[in-house]
Amino acid sequence: MKGARENKLQRARDAVKKTALFGEDLDLGRFIHEAHLHSNIKDLSSLSELDKKELLTAGVDPDIKGRSGSFMQIDHSVVHQDIFQDGLEIMSTSEAREKYDWLEDYYWRAVAVDTDKYTARVELHQEHGYFIRVLPGVKTAFPLQACLFTAQNGLAQEVHNIVIAEEGSELHIISGCASSHEVKAGLHIGVSEFYVKKGAKLSFTMIHNWAEEFAVRPRSATIVEENGVFLSNYVCMKPVKTLQMYPTTFLLGANAVARYNTILVAVPGSFMDVGSRVYLKAPGTRAEMIARTITTGGDVINRGHIVGEVADSKGHLECHGLILSKKGLIYAVPELEGRVSGVDLSHEAAVGKIAQEEIEYMMSRGMSEGDATAAIVRGFLNVDIMGLPAELQQEIDKTVNMQGMF
Amino acid sequence: MLRIENLKVSLGDREVLKEVNLEIKPGEVHVLFGPNGSGKTSLLMTLMGFSNYRVTEGTINFKGRDITGMSIDERARLGIGMSFQRPPTIKGLKTRQMVALCSPGKEIQLEEMANRLNFESFLDRDLNSGFSGGEIKRSELLQLMAQNPDLILLDEPESGVDLESISLIGEVINELLERKPGKDHAASSRERRSKRAKAGLLITHTGYILNYVDADVGHVLYDGFLSCHGNPRETLRCIQDMGYQECMRCMV
Repeated sequence: MKGARENKLQRARDAVKKTALFGEDLDLGRFIHEAHLHSNIKDLSSLSELDKKELLTAGVDPDIKGRSGSFMQIDHSVVHQDIFQDGLEIMSTSEAREKYDWLEDYYWRAVAVDTDKYTARVELHQEHGYFIRVLPGVKTAFPLQACLFTAQNGLAQEVHNIVIAEEGSELHIISGCASSHEVKAGLHIGVSEFYVKKGAKLSFTMIHNWAEEFAVRPRSATIVEENGVFLSNYVCMKPVKTLQMYPTTFLLGANAVARYNTILVAVPGSFMDVGSRVYLKAPGTRAEMIARTITTGGDVINRGHIVGEVADSKGHLECHGLILSKKGLIYAVPELEGRVSGVDLSHEAAVGKIAQEEIEYMMSRGMSEGDATAAIVRGFLNVDIMGLPAELQQEIDKTVNMQGMF
Repeated sequence: MLRIENLKVSLGDREVLKEVNLEIKPGEVHVLFGPNGSGKTSLLMTLMGFSNYRVTEGTINFKGRDITGMSIDERARLGIGMSFQRPPTIKGLKTRQMVALCSPGKEIQLEEMANRLNFESFLDRDLNSGFSGGEIKRSELLQLMAQNPDLILLDEPESGVDLESISLIGEVINELLERKPGKDHAASSRERRSKRAKAGLLITHTGYILNYVDADVGHVLYDGFLSCHGNPRETLRCIQDMGYQECMRCMV
């Protein structure tokens, strides 16, 4: 084990200057790396009203109603962890790495440690992140919430998350990443590795709520075994200076399924480069990606890539963009890569503005132009997220409705 | 209720309505006949206020107010409602949500209304998405039931509707126009007629809908000119026997 760890550290050291394939190359020296410590928070509802609001808009309920567990990290301190159901484990990844020898096998298996300078940085300077594991056959009734919060202005938060859904288990996670209302700038690098074992089902809903000057570089990948299902929902509707991520799923086992739903709103000053990629590596595997992007003045690059490597695999990707202002960019890049015959891949992409005909149709029922536009935009963002429990769907709808920007 | 005087309308650089004069009184239902492309839908879209239709001359008065330059939503709130022939699909907006938006601040019996139109199973579908011709009509009427306008513009309410559904469509239109027969036995037919306030203007090609909805006045629109005002059934028979060419002769 020691050798394996040392090998990863060496690969990380070799990659500290490796520029990422996409996104602006960030100067990591610009950020603060030493954080103030935060003490334990027994009760999330004791947070300030303003911070609670930031959490709520990231899908995290401080009242922990209807949750199977909670995890919260502020800056570099894990301040809260709680579990309300048997068969679930939540703790800091660093703690888990000490506790479980076997965890080394999961460290950097889905994501390569030397992907770029950001993954290297996390291996060399990691401060926690969450380890979540649901034991074989355990099905959680309520979603588990995990929150990564930044409270110190200008700080770099570097976390490594590992989620393991053991065979036949079922788990829903809401991961809210937010910054305190006092924070203007900072960096968040989050490595997330998901392992969905045979017949397990994992849904992961990530809601980002950053600040105007924030830089965000998530690096995540998922390995899905036979008959496993991975659903990923990503919502970012708040300002962010630069966000770049390209989460990837490897469907290794027969009949494994991956589904990505992405909702992005780029306000003026925001730059987002967000994609999703799935490798179909076994017969009967299925992938679906649906993205809805809006610009009110910011720039969005929305990528999608499906690689069909075996016969009897199927994938569909859909990116629709709405440009709601004179400025702003939506650049949709759907890519399909069929490597054998017998793959069935398709895509659908459209970028444009709201049709005047639709607005006027709504107005003929008595709605003002503004109300009509808002109703159409809400409809546009209302991706029917298949396979999610109603409460989770409501959380997303609430987030979409809470933005109040239209 | 509605008075149109010397109306000229352009769509792009084409003049689609060249001379339209029309008055509809409260309680009246008028029918618009005319060949394809004669300007019937253009007249309805102009009355509703759609921005593509530019009024170049003349005025439209509704309930004593000049609405010629009024926005669509103001007209709707003043009491004009329209059933569209080919409404756009609104992705992600459920029919149920749209119906609720048609009657803001009002309690409506949405399920009952949908039930009346055999339309409950469509409430949770995206508005107009993949709807057949007949389903669109029912969706439009459901929205109008919620909106409850005083002047109802109906663009070919029977097109694409199967024979079984057409009587249902006709009944609902009668209800919207307060023309439901029978029931109130205390009042004589004449009294009931005099109490009616709702008015309608409907386009029909086939005239089938006239078997279900009693219309008071028929008009023929031909090449942008409105003419031949008269009994709707006689007008329809005349068109069936002699064709629209004959109407051209009436005009001059």
